[in-house]
Amino acid sequence: MPEASPFIGFRTLLYKEVLRFWKVAIQTVAAPVLNALLFLLIFSHVLDRHVTVYGGVAYTAFLVPGLVMMSLLQNAFANSSSSLIQSKITGNIIFVLLPPLSYRAFFAAYVLAAVLRGLLVAVGVWLMSACFVLTPIAHPLWALAFAVLGGALLATFGVIAGIWADKFDQLATFQNFLVMPLTMLSGVFYSIHSLPPLWQQISHFNPFFYMIDGFRYSFFGQSDASPWLSLGVVSLCFALLAALTLRMLATGYKLRG
Amino acid sequence: MTLPAIRVRAVTKCYGALQALAGIDLEVAQGEFFGLLGPNGAGKTTLISALAGLVRPTSGQLEVMGHDVATDYRNARLRLGVVPQELVFDPFFTVRELLRIQSGYFGYRHNDDWIDEILHHLDLIPKADANMRTLSGGMKRRVLVAQALVHRPPVIVLDEPTAGVDVELRQGLWQFVKKLNADGHTIVLTTHYLEEAQALCGRIAMMKAGRIVALDTTSHLLSSFASRSLKVRVELGDVALELGGTAAGEWVEFGFDEPGEVEILLARLRQAGAGVLELAVGGADLERVFVEVMRRA
Ligand SMILES: Nc1ncnc2c1ncn2[C@@H]1O[C@H](COP(=O)(O)OP(=O)(O)O)[C@@H](O)[C@H]1O
Ligand SMILES: [Mg+2]
Repeated sequence: MPEASPFIGFRTLLYKEVLRFWKVAIQTVAAPVLNALLFLLIFSHVLDRHVTVYGGVAYTAFLVPGLVMMSLLQNAFANSSSSLIQSKITGNIIFVLLPPLSYRAFFAAYVLAAVLRGLLVAVGVWLMSACFVLTPIAHPLWALAFAVLGGALLATFGVIAGIWADKFDQLATFQNFLVMPLTMLSGVFYSIHSLPPLWQQISHFNPFFYMIDGFRYSFFGQSDASPWLSLGVVSLCFALLAALTLRMLATGYKLRG
Repeated sequence: MTLPAIRVRAVTKCYGALQALAGIDLEVAQGEFFGLLGPNGAGKTTLISALAGLVRPTSGQLEVMGHDVATDYRNARLRLGVVPQELVFDPFFTVRELLRIQSGYFGYRHNDDWIDEILHHLDLIPKADANMRTLSGGMKRRVLVAQALVHRPPVIVLDEPTAGVDVELRQGLWQFVKKLNADGHTIVLTTHYLEEAQALCGRIAMMKAGRIVALDTTSHLLSSFASRSLKVRVELGDVALELGGTAAGEWVEFGFDEPGEVEILLARLRQAGAGVLELAVGGADLERVFVEVMRRA
């Protein structure tokens, strides 16, 4: 037998994780795109003529980056968390625990696959939104930075949730009481400048706000917070969460009894 | 001196107050066909899991081919193939996809020649492109065996591979495992079928409540206990029982070690007027040894 390569181990796990969602792309990619478009259809229809943001951006256009990012974040989280909990519950997690995969390779593969799904959904939402309104991207590099970092942050969060949860309903609790509210309250549907001062203050403690806001900056060149501040906050959050996750994986928390 | 295939030193594992492993010391030499026997809950799976790095021992140390499973896990895991007790599978993939992926996890690409060979030996060729979901339990079990072999591990551990598996598959599986052993692989096996263990294993450890309570070559285990039996059907069963037999349905059973004991026993039965109607001599029997070991432990 030739020399075994650790890199091939990582690549295979990444490939497997991508294949896992791609084989059911109707549910994992197409469905979230459709969801976001329904939001867009309804909200824009109801509000477009009444609301403008940043003095001149039509509401529908304002909504697009928020929805794109929201879909990206939710699907990145869903991918890593559901893959892990499914493997744990069915027991087939042992197939990735028996081989000599390092915990770093394990982390990187789950996070990258989840980011990829998030990006696919994001691109899908953005392209399809052109049916309603054209939203060109003013600063593509900023867009990419926030998309990848935000996706990685939520994917990492999904790894934690997937490892911690023993049952699907515990995962749903994570999703319903943390991920959903924080995204909804992050300014996907409004500029936080339209909020009362207290709520503006509170929003600044929500990391999701910086992901959405920074991403929106890349479209319009305008945002509620400085994109550099947003980038810093999102990077810091990712670094902290990644460190925690790597620690969990290194000690075998809940995975190696 | 060659390295042992498996070395387990002073390993304990506690789950709260429960001691699943209460101090295990064990060495399995390269090339052995080794049996790990014990009732449910004895700790066999926990020991195997510790060896595979699925479970972290509370204390103690384990090595595969000289590689510590904690500090040198890469090399240890590359050398170990484990067929898990539970019938787990990934429903997303076909048999071949699964085996390719499993090879990749171990760091091997372009492994199809070997995969084909495994599929062939396990009679899985017709199912190679079937989705895992569509396979019967026995077929899934074979795929588990195949998955454990993709990286050609020198040490192979099978945790109750024949539980709930039909006779035909059992025969085929043992044939294959014997071939692997003949090719130089070290085999460790747990099973509840003691005839299988007796026929296959050169050495056996018996576990009870987290401890090894007997460890010896199979032939030595068989000869060191009253492991042959004389069964008689008699007119006066009570008389035979008084002579130290145990009731087994209509029969009364006596254990013995030396053939000479049979003559004496028959003479005493005649003297007591038991009236022997039928008799049968059973060969060495691991089941009797097992029962006796468990009783004494
Ligand atoms: N994850 C666990 N948590 C708590 N107890 C466990 C766990 N795994 C095994 N045990 C206990 O450890 C003991 C040994 O189990 P096991 O190794 O599966 O035995 P065997 O394989 O010999 O049947 C049993 O009492 C079992 O209930
Ligand atoms: Mg067991």
